[in-house]
Amino acid sequence: MIKTPRQNNEERNEKMTAVKTKKPANDKTPAPTPAKQQLPLKRRLARCWELYLLLLIPVVLTFVYKYIPMYGIQIAFRDYSANRGFFGSKWVGFDWFKRFFAAPTFARMMKNTVLISLYSLLWGFPVPIILSLIINQLRFPRYKRVVQTVLYAPHFISIMVVCGMLKIFLSPSGGLINLLFGTKIDFFIYSEYFRTIYVASGVWQDAGWGCIIYLATLANVDTSLYEAAKVDGASVFKRILHIDIPALLPMAILNLIMSAGGLMNVGFEKVWLLQTDLNKATSDVIAVYVYQQGIERANYSYSTAVGLFNTAINLVLLFIVNKIASKTSEVDFV
Amino acid sequence: MNEKKKSNGLSDRTSDIILVAITAICVVIVAYPLYYVLVASFSNPYDVYAGKTFLFPSQFSFDGYKAVFADENIPRGYVNSIKYTVIGTIFSVILLYITAYPMAQKDMPGRKFFSYFFLITMYFGGGLVPTYLVVKETGLLHNMWALFLPGGVAVGNMIIVRNYFQNSIPHELIEASEIDGCSKLRTFLKIVIPLSMPIMAVMVVFSMVAYWNDWFTALIYLTANQAPLPLVLRNILIKSSISASQSAMVGGGYAELNKVTEMIKFSSIVVAAAPMLIIYPFVQKYFEKGFMAGAVKG
Repeated sequence: MIKTPRQNNEERNEKMTAVKTKKPANDKTPAPTPAKQQLPLKRRLARCWELYLLLLIPVVLTFVYKYIPMYGIQIAFRDYSANRGFFGSKWVGFDWFKRFFAAPTFARMMKNTVLISLYSLLWGFPVPIILSLIINQLRFPRYKRVVQTVLYAPHFISIMVVCGMLKIFLSPSGGLINLLFGTKIDFFIYSEYFRTIYVASGVWQDAGWGCIIYLATLANVDTSLYEAAKVDGASVFKRILHIDIPALLPMAILNLIMSAGGLMNVGFEKVWLLQTDLNKATSDVIAVYVYQQGIERANYSYSTAVGLFNTAINLVLLFIVNKIASKTSEVDFV
Repeated sequence: MNEKKKSNGLSDRTSDIILVAITAICVVIVAYPLYYVLVASFSNPYDVYAGKTFLFPSQFSFDGYKAVFADENIPRGYVNSIKYTVIGTIFSVILLYITAYPMAQKDMPGRKFFSYFFLITMYFGGGLVPTYLVVKETGLLHNMWALFLPGGVAVGNMIIVRNYFQNSIPHELIEASEIDGCSKLRTFLKIVIPLSMPIMAVMVVFSMVAYWNDWFTALIYLTANQAPLPLVLRNILIKSSISASQSAMVGGGYAELNKVTEMIKFSSIVVAAAPMLIIYPFVQKYFEKGFMAGAVKG
């Protein structure tokens, strides 16, 4: 699936809530309104008619633009033609998938997609955790506020702008990096730099914002624990090790599961913008292929099949990691 | 642990210094590229090339900004972006609220069904092409609403708002108003909305940022004339090509043109990034609070 920044943002927010969404279920037992539960269904429905009215527009929108496309996935198994529509087109089975597996760049795209995601995860997962552990221990509120404000900043910049900045900074003539090191390297024509550029700029842009959920979690830690630890003479390092890290662990594991489930979701936008003909050996990814085949060349069925293949791998990964994680900890979110 | 008791004060002070030093380095790494772009945008492009603008602008001028707005596409992109951001934000926040409020009512029959109905869309979707085809079939191609409608309810945000309604708005107030004979809708309008301003501020900023920075949706669904600012800037930032009216400002040859292109890059980045960077610090204090109330307490 190709993700817009908006979806990415939602995904991030949803990570923050997923751990908690289970809890309301527990809240049901001590519901403060046991009397209302006794009302007959008819009366409860009647009481809530305004609520259903409010829900009408969101439900219709979600149905039309989320569920109908899901149903439309079947064109991955059909030869879609515009005048026959989703259901009328000819059934071709797994032909599109076979064509994709036989594509000359298939192996390269798989490798690049997995490697770019893996490296992003390797850096993008631990850095916010470490950062938030450090920020949480800062004892100067005003300085702490400034640090947070600055670190959040890049999250509010468009990927287009970030890529523009990368092009400027890495330019062979007059680019900041080349100026600093006295070199004249054109980073975008060498495929060996692509992953580093992608991952480093990703950490630069999102590590700070990634702290916010961990900081919110740490703010909930009972302060008496710190007091007790201080009385015991525990150093900052010990406090982090024995209080903060255990407090962060469930959220961190949840984040890891979610990231694993999105392992095949390489940020299409950045790759597409930074890709040049010369660095394709490392920058050719499935998401870009889906876009090129689907939107640029209007190979609707083929593109849908490739996208579905990608989504399927994600779902499988999600379930595997979730199984492992739920065995090793109490977190279980699906 | 016991032997450390004595050195507690010193240890805390040294660790303070280490923590401040590490965070200071992070701040510089994050902030310096942005600062450099700002400085360079006010400088003479030849000096930027020569590496004379690491800390302060040299030969301060607004030429870069004049050149940016000399291209008729950029003011149009700006107007488009403002239009999409304003309309999109109003639409999204209303949609978020009218979804989250019913979902926060624990006694609403069918609540669980609707929960799953929305949640599933977060984990699974139709993908690029099927969605594109539905948008096309519903007549939204080359229509501004293609940016807003297919996104639908931002489910992650909706859950945060729903949890905020459940956790941060005193139950007694809602019950009191219902006992007073207020309908659910009146309670929503008169009590819940006014009391949820912190989370609304966060959601407004999230929506604004998303719409201001989005260009991919516009790339797929809209025409060149409807392009928002980031998409317009793609020609300059990524393809390094500037418009005829901009190059007409330059008298010299190819080298001169090249320098002006670089100059325009800096100022166009500032023009595109500044609005959101100016806005978000004002609601920053609500971010964590909003997430804590909306996420952590559940």
